[in-house]
Amino acid sequence: MVAVNTQKLFSVTLRVWRQAGPAQPGKFVEYPAKDLNPNMSFLEMLDVVNDELAAQGIEPIAFAHDCREGICGTCSCTINGKPHGPGKGVATCQTYMRSFSDGDTIVVEPFRARAFPVIKDLVIDRAAFDKIQQAGGFITARAGSAPEANALPIAKGDADLAMDAAQCIGCGACVAACKNASAMLFVSAKVSHLGLLPQGQAERDRRVLAMVNTMDALGFGSCTNQYECSAACPKLISHDFIARMNRDYVKASFRSAFKAAPANTSGGGA
Amino acid sequence: MNLVCNLFGSSIGRKFIMALTGLVLIGFVFGHLVGNLQVFAHPDKINGYAHFLHSLGPVLWLVRIGLLVCVGLHIWAATVLTLESRRARGSEPYGVKTWIQAVFASRYIRWSGYVVLGFILYHLAHFTVGVAQAGTYKTALPAHTLTSDYHVLGFTVVPAGTRVHDVHQMVVLGFQPPLVSLFYIVAVGLLSLHLLHGMDSLFQTLGWRNASWSRSLRTVVTLLCVAYFAGSLVIPGAVLTGALKPAPAVKTASAQ
Repeated sequence: MVAVNTQKLFSVTLRVWRQAGPAQPGKFVEYPAKDLNPNMSFLEMLDVVNDELAAQGIEPIAFAHDCREGICGTCSCTINGKPHGPGKGVATCQTYMRSFSDGDTIVVEPFRARAFPVIKDLVIDRAAFDKIQQAGGFITARAGSAPEANALPIAKGDADLAMDAAQCIGCGACVAACKNASAMLFVSAKVSHLGLLPQGQAERDRRVLAMVNTMDALGFGSCTNQYECSAACPKLISHDFIARMNRDYVKASFRSAFKAAPANTSGGGA
Repeated sequence: MNLVCNLFGSSIGRKFIMALTGLVLIGFVFGHLVGNLQVFAHPDKINGYAHFLHSLGPVLWLVRIGLLVCVGLHIWAATVLTLESRRARGSEPYGVKTWIQAVFASRYIRWSGYVVLGFILYHLAHFTVGVAQAGTYKTALPAHTLTSDYHVLGFTVVPAGTRVHDVHQMVVLGFQPPLVSLFYIVAVGLLSLHLLHGMDSLFQTLGWRNASWSRSLRTVVTLLCVAYFAGSLVIPGAVLTGALKPAPAVKTASAQ
């Protein structure tokens, strides 16, 4: 529930992208959103509008959401031309109606990219990110009980930097903001987060090569170094990670090209 | 070969091609500008310099072919990456899309690139091949006799008394039409704008940039671009304003 307070209620007009299904044509439809508490989150406002739409027998606006506290990366609206709305370093769920003024028209669209097809209205399919992760965003580790935490020394700076990269919630705002629909900020965050730590070294080269090649194969664009991604990122992940990934990718390409391949000495073959 | 595949086939590989060819071309345009600024010294300087470059023979051709390959690869990579990125953006455009922080030069880099390409073609036709404004091309002008030795690194490479093409005169006469001079000024302005994003960008692509020195890099790049623009502006600018006049020797020759 939104806390009752003395702030004045206000009204806006929503211009929302409505699309019935993946292959269906979509269009913008305007809905009034009346008597809004300025301390509502953007998603709460959509809930209120949807209640009214449902009461009128209109199909509610489909939008993706889960934790509503900026850590799951599920919400994905482009609000007035900026992914996650006007705030800096926040997801749509942390965008509050006080960011807007009475009488505003707010344009709400899905994150757009060929690799993120629209499922319905504002809901997109971000399985492409999962495929990139599956290509290399993991480490090989002994399963079982957790190892002793201090057994493996890690420089404080490296640990902090790895945690900066690990903050990526995989929401896709970087792709949505980029004029090239490039996923390089996401991929670089995932590559760096593991590549900076000793646990990630075993697969370091294989990881960056596989993740970048999968990213290319899935039809994401490439970086033109305009840094719209890091500005739109709800976790403000730095584009420095892209530079790091570029370096890593080239080093890995050289190493893998000149590395001796292991001979098959296991025997038993036909 | 995985290495070649990754270089030419992957997004990062193609960006590397952009950056490395860009680096070579940046080196060239700055060197070219410094060489050209000799036009403000005695005509012996730039004429001796041009004669020296031509005397390099196969080395000159190697450099020319290398530069053309760089231009070709730069354009190829830009085209392929742009087409891929457009496809990646998808068929449905945003209803509203705002820029957040992309610098001005980066938003129009493709357009500045188109004009620079047109400029390169005209510049080659004008001063290298002599197809454009053929009347003022060096072969159509009386030869220049060097009155002093031309030195490179302290060695005399073109001795005094050598009869050489009058490049100084070609430049001054070539910039007489105001439209040509203005086109050069606009084009080098756009080239400077292109470099403003390109020079900064190549460090990011090659992985040599991070937050701790990106501001210094930006400042150095901006200063270099301003210097490049100023240096390139003064040559046609000086001809337009009459500060740089055709050599008097030729004036009498044409008067005869």
